Amino acid sequence: MNKLLSDFAVGESGRIVRVTGEGRLRRRLFDIGVTPDAEVTLRKRAPLGDPIEVTLRGYELTLRKTEAACVDVELNGGKAE
Amino acid sequence: MKTFALAGNPNCGKTTLFNALTGATAHVGNWPGVTVDKREGVYKTSAKKQKGNAAVNMAIVDLPGIYSLSPYTPEEVIARNYILNDRPDGIINIVDATNLERNLYLTTQLLETDVPVIIALNMMDEVEKSGDKINAAALEGALGVPVVEISALKGTGIDKLMQRAAQLPATRRGQTVLKDALGKQIDTACAYYEAEGVPSPLFHALKLLENDEIELERKGAQTVLDEVAAGADLEAAIADERYKFISGKLAGAKTKAKRGALTKSDKIDRVLTHKIWAIPVFLVVLFFVFHLTFSENLFFLNGFTEAQGWMPSLVDLGLAAEVDGSVEYNNFGVELLAVLYDGTVFSPGVILTNFLNLFLDHISDGVVTLMENAGAAQWATGLVGDGIFGGIFAVLGFLPQILTLFLFFSLLEDSGYMARIAFVLDRIFRRFGLSGRAFMPMIMGFGCSVPAAVNTRTLSDEKERTATIRVIPFFSCGAKLPILTAVAGGIVAAFGVGNSDLITYGMYVLGVASAIVCVLLMRNTSLKGETPPFIMELPTYHWPKFKNLMLHLWDKTKHFVKKAFTIIFASTVIIWLFSHLSFKWGYLPDEEMNSSILASIGMLLQPVFTPLGFGSQLGQFGWVFAVAAITGLVAKENVIATFTTLALCIGAYAGAGTEDGVEELSGLIAAITADTGISQGQFVAGLIAFIAFNMTTIPCFAACATAKAELPKGKFKWTLLFWLAASFVIGAAVYTVGAWWWTLFIWLAVIAVVTTFIVLRNIGKFDILRLFKIRRKSNKEE
Repeated sequence: MNKLLSDFAVGESGRIVRVTGEGRLRRRLFDIGVTPDAEVTLRKRAPLGDPIEVTLRGYELTLRKTEAACVDVELNGGKAE
Repeated sequence: MKTFALAGNPNCGKTTLFNALTGATAHVGNWPGVTVDKREGVYKTSAKKQKGNAAVNMAIVDLPGIYSLSPYTPEEVIARNYILNDRPDGIINIVDATNLERNLYLTTQLLETDVPVIIALNMMDEVEKSGDKINAAALEGALGVPVVEISALKGTGIDKLMQRAAQLPATRRGQTVLKDALGKQIDTACAYYEAEGVPSPLFHALKLLENDEIELERKGAQTVLDEVAAGADLEAAIADERYKFISGKLAGAKTKAKRGALTKSDKIDRVLTHKIWAIPVFLVVLFFVFHLTFSENLFFLNGFTEAQGWMPSLVDLGLAAEVDGSVEYNNFGVELLAVLYDGTVFSPGVILTNFLNLFLDHISDGVVTLMENAGAAQWATGLVGDGIFGGIFAVLGFLPQILTLFLFFSLLEDSGYMARIAFVLDRIFRRFGLSGRAFMPMIMGFGCSVPAAVNTRTLSDEKERTATIRVIPFFSCGAKLPILTAVAGGIVAAFGVGNSDLITYGMYVLGVASAIVCVLLMRNTSLKGETPPFIMELPTYHWPKFKNLMLHLWDKTKHFVKKAFTIIFASTVIIWLFSHLSFKWGYLPDEEMNSSILASIGMLLQPVFTPLGFGSQLGQFGWVFAVAAITGLVAKENVIATFTTLALCIGAYAGAGTEDGVEELSGLIAAITADTGISQGQFVAGLIAFIAFNMTTIPCFAACATAKAELPKGKFKWTLLFWLAASFVIGAAVYTVGAWWWTLFIWLAVIAVVTTFIVLRNIGKFDILRLFKIRRKSNKEE
C-alpha cells in the first residue's frame, strides 16, 4: 500500500517509491538522501504536530509535512526492524 | 606551497580536523560577497615526523559544510566554485564513518571533478565503540582514491592522512560511479563539454544531466540535455544510482553489529523533544543561560524579592564606605571581592564584566592622573578620560557578557540541542515566513544584539537572515533596560500614576509585537520569498569540544575588539567632541553641555520629534530628549547618562547624582511641566513614545557594525533607514494613541488599508505603477 510520508503514523516505515515537488525542493531531498528505494521510518512529530522526524539511511532527518507530502512511500505493513 | 581544500557534510568533524591541522595559524574571513565563514590556515609537518624528508607546509582551506555540489545554497555554490575555479592541489574529503551512506554521496560527486581526492574516514573510534567494522582498504579499492582512517577529535591518523595527501598525483581524471547505468548519456554530454574546452568535463556533464541551473545557462546545453534525456527523469535516476552504488560497495566494506533499540541520543531526545515537556524544558534552559550571564543575584541565593534579601553589602560589613554617593573600598582586596560579591552573589557573566571594568577603570584613572600631574589642560584629560577611554570602555565593557552569552549558545549549538529547538518551534515561526532556526538569534537579542546578529549565520536563506537581523534590536537588549526602568520610574515618581514594572513589561511586549509585524511586512514586500524549506539533519548529541569552543570565542573576540578600536572608537570620539565643544571651539566641561554643538543639534532636531511627543511641545528643555537619543547611538547606556548630566546642567535637579537616574528624570519632568504646562496625559504618552523610539531605532554602534558585517552587500543602508522609519512610526503611534485614544481608529484604518494594498498587490490584482501609467496617459489625452 502506498502512502505519503506526511500521512505516516509514528512508528510506520516503508520504502520510498517516488519523490515529487518543484526543482529546488526535490534536489534538496535527493541530496540529503530522500531517494527512491530508501527505507524510511517516522520517528516522531514535533510537539506542535509539525515538522516530523524520520530515520533514513541511518540518520535522523527532520522536514515539514508540506515537504514530506512530496514523498510517496510503499508501506512495509508492520513496525520497522 | 600546495593548497588542499577540506570538504564534507555539515557535522562530520570538519571544523575539528581543520583546527587540529592548522592550530593557531588559522584566520577567518568571509567568502567574497557572502557572510559564510572563510577559514584558511597552514599545516606544518615537523621534519622529525617526516623522517628524513624536509618539512612540507600545506595551505588548508576549510570549505563550508555541504551535502552536495548542487548550486542551491550559498554554501554549495562557494564550495563548487572554489573546487572548479580555484583548482586546489587536492581535496581532503572528510567522511563521517558513523553515517557512511549519506556522506559518500558527496564523495561520488567530488570524484567527478578532475581534482585529486583523498578521503579521511573520521570518527572511526565511535564506529569501533558501537561494534561496527569498516574495511578502509575495501573502500579504497571501490572508490579508487586513498582512504585514511582518522579521529579528528583524538588527533589519531592525521599525520598519515597528510603524508598521503602530499603524495597525491598532481592530476587526476574525473571518474563516475554511474558509468554502468548511464554510460551513453554521460559520454554524449561529456563530449559536448570537451568540445567547449571546459575543465572537469565529466563533472559538468553529470550536473547537466541533473538539470543543474548553472549548467543550463551555457549556450546549447539545453539542446544537449533534451536530446540525451529524451523525456526521462535523469535527476531521480542519478541520485538513485549514486545511492545504489554506495549501498552496493558498503555491503562489502561495512559489517554492522546488533544494537539495542535506543541509543543515548534517542534517550535524551525522549525528554528534549517530548510532546509536553519539550517547550518547558527549553524555557528552563533559556532561563539559565540568561541567568548565568546577566543575573546579579545568582540562583536567587539572596531571596526572590528585595524584602527577602539577607546578605550584607560590603558597606554593611565595614569593608567599604559611601563617600559622596560613590562607594570607596578600604583596600584593593575588598575591591577584588566586590567583583564577586556585593550584597548579592553575582553570576559568572557579571563577575567577568566587573573584573574587566575594574581593570579598565584602573588604566583610565592611571592615565588621567598621570596627565593631570603633568599639567595637561582640562579639555585634554576630558578627551582622553571620558571621550577616548570612556567610549572604548563603554563598548569593551559589553565584551564579557557578549562572550558568555555566545559561549552558552555555542554549547547549545555544538551539542546538537539547537537543531532540536528549531524542530520544536518551527511550526510557530513558519506563520511569519521564517523557519524555527530564526528563534535563537531573536531570543539572544534580549541579551545583546551583537551575538544575536552573528548567530543568524545558522539561517540558510538570505532574505530570512536580513529580516531577522533587522528586527533583532526590537528584542530589547540588556543595555536598553535602564532606559525603560529610569523613564518608567520617572513617570511614576513625577505623576504618581501607573506602575513602573507594568510599563517596562508592556514595552517588552511592544518590542516583540513590532518585530512580528515588521517581519510579516518585510516578508510580504521588500524581502518577499517563499518560506525557506526546513529539511535538516538532527545530529546525534555529543559533548562540545572545549578547544573548538575556545577557538570560536577567540575569533569573535578578535573581531569585536578590532571593531571597537576602529569604527566605534572614531564615532565615540566625534560624539564626545560635539558634546564638549562650543561653536567657538572652546572646551566645555560636563556641567555646560547645554551650550555645546551637540545641544544645538539637539535643539535643531527637536521639532522632528514633535509627532512622537517629545519634541517642540516640551518647550525650552525638550532638546534634552533629542540629545539623549543621539548619544544613545554610541551605546544605549548613554541615554540615561545624558539625562542625568543634562538634568544637572539645566538645573532641573539639584541633588547628588543617582545611579538609576529616576530622580533626575522626575526632576526634569517636573521642570518641563512647570515650564510648558503640558497636560499629564500628553506628557506621559510622549515619554512612553520616547522609550519605544529608543527601543526600535538604530541600535548602538557595536550592533550596527555587526549588522553591517552580517548583512548581504548593499542591505545595510536600507536597514538603517528601516530602523529610523520603524522607530518613528512606532513612536508616533504610541504617542498619538496614548494622548488621544480615538486616534487608535485612524491607525487601525491605515493598517487595514496597507494590509489590503499589500495582499491585493501580492495576488496580482492591483498594480500601483499601472494605475499611474493609465492616469498619465489619460492626462496627455486631455
